[in-house]
Amino acid sequence: MASVDIENLSKRYISKAGGDCLALDDLNLSIEKGEFFALLGPSGCGKSTLLHIIGGLNSADGKILINGQPVKGPGLNRGIVFQEYALFPWLTVVENVAFGLKMKGVAKRERLQTARECLALVGLSGFEERYPDQLSGGMKQRTAIARALAYDPEVLLMDEPFAALDAQTREILQGELLKIWEKTGKTIIFVTHSIEEAVFLAQRVAVITSRPGRIKKIVDIPLSTPRYEEEDIRSSAAFSEVRHELWKLLSEEVVNSGTLNGYGGSSKAVQAKGSEPLGEGLLLQAQTEGVEQQ
Amino acid sequence: MKTRILQVSVVILLLALWQVLPQLEVINPHFLPPLSEVVKTIHALLAAKELQAHILISLKRISAGLLVALLVGAPLGLLMGWFREFEQVVDAPLQAGRQISALALFPVFILLFGIGEVSKAIIIFWASFWPILLNSIVGVKNIDPILIRSARSMDARGVKLLVNIIIPAAAPSMFTGIRLGASYAFMVLVAAEMVGANSGLGFLVLNSQETFRIPEMYAAIITLCLFGLLINHALLLLEQRATKWRQLRANG
Repeated sequence: MASVDIENLSKRYISKAGGDCLALDDLNLSIEKGEFFALLGPSGCGKSTLLHIIGGLNSADGKILINGQPVKGPGLNRGIVFQEYALFPWLTVVENVAFGLKMKGVAKRERLQTARECLALVGLSGFEERYPDQLSGGMKQRTAIARALAYDPEVLLMDEPFAALDAQTREILQGELLKIWEKTGKTIIFVTHSIEEAVFLAQRVAVITSRPGRIKKIVDIPLSTPRYEEEDIRSSAAFSEVRHELWKLLSEEVVNSGTLNGYGGSSKAVQAKGSEPLGEGLLLQAQTEGVEQQ
Repeated sequence: MKTRILQVSVVILLLALWQVLPQLEVINPHFLPPLSEVVKTIHALLAAKELQAHILISLKRISAGLLVALLVGAPLGLLMGWFREFEQVVDAPLQAGRQISALALFPVFILLFGIGEVSKAIIIFWASFWPILLNSIVGVKNIDPILIRSARSMDARGVKLLVNIIIPAAAPSMFTGIRLGASYAFMVLVAAEMVGANSGLGFLVLNSQETFRIPEMYAAIITLCLFGLLINHALLLLEQRATKWRQLRANG
């Protein structure tokens, strides 16, 4: 049985200017139990919206099934990890991690015990009594991951969780996320705008088109697991090949989405060159600097 | 350390001036007796248990008014902050009410509730209610929406969401409202005790002046000052205990 099924999903909303906007257009997707699945798309393509809809935080037309059960709202069978960490600053690290269990009605002793185990899993033992404001960005996101794991959801939904971290911390956490995925066997849906991140982490990557969001193509990542054990896998030929394939798919979308147009100096340079294809470096830069507009 | 020394020096200098200027009759000592005489009077009032009685009755009045303001203002503010439509419905009368000075309403309260304790509690309530209400509204409105989303994703709804997220997240702002409310309450208390009372620190100030017991008047003023500082300090301690996580943030 598939773990997450998305059928004919569309999302419309009224924009601030009063116009009718189509954010997601008739999406169909089937994600298997235990799969690591990435949603890759340009800024503002609606991939985060899709994730929040799966999480039950937003409504939409169509159907989402988790293990055959329709999603009607938020629930503890899904855990969301937000880019902004979204930790509760008035709770200690261990209390943050235990929050979902508290909502579930688990007794205090038991939930703190589970929370400590989850903190050990993300390498944060010894930081239980700190407050979020005393942690670095990487540690905050580890806490958020532990919090989402603590109540043992079937699906982990991750919304660009590493986008706000520095490059080095990001790579470390990517490796650790793969280890956690291996250990827990969770189904993970991971939203990112970084091609490299998608290739490194996921088994399959869905490229989402710019507005309205549709699935352009689902690409299998033919890399062996576990990837974190292979030295410098990012430089391997197989990695480069699939990265390039995704880059080609995505570059059309970035141009279509107009991410480059409202974007100062470089956009003028691009327009001056007319229809000349973009340099890969510039595209990547545009992706990382483009502001998410959701 | 150097700042500390300067701080203490300023206080000592001011107290010394209070002592010396009346003694040298630069200032008329009948209207401003030297500090030592005021201290002696405070001592005598304390020995006669007179000052304690006034402090106690003032404390009772301010606590009653403040407590009711908190019990009404905080829940109402939470509701108004959370339910936008509710806020819009009740906004107009509340905006008007908040513009009416508590002192302006005192004659009304005296007419309605007599000159006893009830009208004093109500005027204190009126003065401290507004900052508590407004800061509670602001506290809820300023909650980072991502925290609400995050809590909702973990199935926090209704009362659970209120108790676990909304109240702790709005608490710092609510405490600001409570401290502000207490200082307003304090000002109004003194005024109310001057208008219609035969006890309390405000009464003591005015009554001493009218009967020309000037050292007692200053004794009452100093007590009021210390009383106010103490209340503010107690509330601050309470706030720091309740929002420990913010102190850690402030200290890096």
